[in-house]
Amino acid sequence: MRLINRSAGRISRHRRGPLAGLVVLLLALLLTGGAYSLLSPGATADEAAPDDEQIAAGRELFLVGCSFCHGQNGEGVLTASGTQYGPALTNVGAASVDFQVGTGRMPMVQPGQQAERKPPVYDQEQIDQLAAYVASLGTGPAVPDESAYTLPDDLTDDEREEAISRGGQVFLTNCTACHNYDGSGGAMPRGGYAPTIRGVPARYIYEALLTGPQQMPVFSEGNIPPQQKAELITYLQETAEQPNYGGFGLGSLGPVSEGLFAWVVGIGGLVGFAIWIAAHTTRTDRKKPAPGSEGGAQA
Amino acid sequence: MTQLDKHPGGEPVHGEGDGHDSHLPVADEPIANPGLPEHTWRPTDVDEDAAKRAERQVSTLFGLSAVFTVLFVVAYFAIEIGDSWDTFGGLGASTLALGMCLGIALILIGVGIIQWARKLMADHEIVEMRHPSRSSDEDRAATVEALNTGLEESGIARRPLIRRSLLGAVAILPLPAVIMLRDLGPTPGQVANAEEGTGLEHTLWGVRPEVRVVRDVIGTPIRPTDIEVGDLVNGIPDGLLDLEGVELQVAKAKAAVILVKMEPDDIKSSQGEDWIVDGVLCFSKICSHVGCPISLYERTTHHVLCPCHQSTFDLSDSAKVIFGPAGRPLPQLPLKLDDAGYLVAQSDFQQPVGPSYWSREK
Repeated sequence: MRLINRSAGRISRHRRGPLAGLVVLLLALLLTGGAYSLLSPGATADEAAPDDEQIAAGRELFLVGCSFCHGQNGEGVLTASGTQYGPALTNVGAASVDFQVGTGRMPMVQPGQQAERKPPVYDQEQIDQLAAYVASLGTGPAVPDESAYTLPDDLTDDEREEAISRGGQVFLTNCTACHNYDGSGGAMPRGGYAPTIRGVPARYIYEALLTGPQQMPVFSEGNIPPQQKAELITYLQETAEQPNYGGFGLGSLGPVSEGLFAWVVGIGGLVGFAIWIAAHTTRTDRKKPAPGSEGGAQA
Repeated sequence: MTQLDKHPGGEPVHGEGDGHDSHLPVADEPIANPGLPEHTWRPTDVDEDAAKRAERQVSTLFGLSAVFTVLFVVAYFAIEIGDSWDTFGGLGASTLALGMCLGIALILIGVGIIQWARKLMADHEIVEMRHPSRSSDEDRAATVEALNTGLEESGIARRPLIRRSLLGAVAILPLPAVIMLRDLGPTPGQVANAEEGTGLEHTLWGVRPEVRVVRDVIGTPIRPTDIEVGDLVNGIPDGLLDLEGVELQVAKAKAAVILVKMEPDDIKSSQGEDWIVDGVLCFSKICSHVGCPISLYERTTHHVLCPCHQSTFDLSDSAKVIFGPAGRPLPQLPLKLDDAGYLVAQSDFQQPVGPSYWSREK
């Protein structure tokens, strides 16, 4: 009890120590990460090429930025233990390159369970060149046209509404198992996670369905037909604009964020009130003018 | 707190019944008991202006609470819900306003009471000594006597017929509750019918030969060439979408399947001979632990994970359990091609899908 009282008394002096350490640690981590991503491969190529030489230009970019893991001809690289270092890119198609490089997942900062989304390293012209080169290596889906992931304009309001609600059904059946009921993402085995698909451009969603990035299964045109894919994407866009009728969504992560909120804000607030109720009130040295009143002090 | 542990006002305490240390010699006053320190007053106790100020504070808090209660009623009627919701900052205005008004109204009453207690309510320390919890001997004797009188006067000891019939009547009183369990519906055994796919052991896959596998929601049949290696198709039996309501839900909860296509080299084992068509495997979507629908499939490892309790199945190896609480592999549906080249079931599942139950054989 005495110890608690004493440390509470000195809290303003003690608080600065650990916080300063944390800030220094965070700064050091940021600096290290920033320096690493500057020095890592990928940021070098900046040469633009005319359209008819796209494939040749893409090959140059590929040799500099991708071949270390994926092999000089995109054949993939095996580790000594037989696992994949970088998978073969011979039959992934242009859509896969456009997705992986366009969303910044490739080039990866480091090998790991998850290729994380980050600002893209290449500009769209370079991505097109890379995609053209990788597409020339074998088969695979092409980059979809915009008409593939938008509903036709000539639908009546009723038809459009029907299409969107059908898209919602397709979403609930095929996507929510991993990407959560709201598309906010969720945990996967061995430290992986299904990323959020909220705020992802329609083209990348379509490409992800076609190519199955990383561990994600493929939803090819023969699995979910193109029309249903367009309905699904329109459903996502439509629901993104809907207001949150129920109040704050807390990231739509379900019990994780809601539980955290209840613990920190809810129970924290109760603790705050309990401390306030029990805390000493201000006292004065002045005495009551009329002595002998009820509840007086004992001698 | 610490004041309560001290003896008040120099009065040594040794009660008759209490005191585990009563046998120890106690000096009358080895160290003089200083008693309670002199009471110091709050500003509101000695200054009438401060008290008035606190009074106004508290009544303002209560008044504000009433304002928010009125605002709640206003918001309830004024804000549009239903077909065209009013929104406020991307949130439903009605939900937000009702919640905030009621919450603030309640919290202001609480804050007001705390402030009232801290500033204005009586402020003297109270010392309450501990008392033995045992009742006095007179009370105990009186209670026993009253009990005995009651027994004597009711004659329950002298009239065994009454006693036994009462015990019997009370003993069978829970029977209606047990009988009413029948209202929960027929037992799974009573509704089991392979022709209709009902009961725990049958699904819609066995109601007729060659039931086609169709895409869930979309309802179209599937050719093995439609899907690529790495694909995951959520499938249902043809005819399921014709059902409605509870029947649809019950049938789907047992018959839902996932189809995956793998490189033939990746397939280590299968639950049956010739159950795979062109690398397409079909498994029950219902977890064998407690029946959650599972389709968290990893294309690279062929593992499917149940989100409820993390049971993990290796679809390339007969869907055997590689992690988690599930006790059995996911049942595999034997596939073949019909004359039109579509994927169909050879038969129903060879074992019941979903979680264990008492009369299950394996």
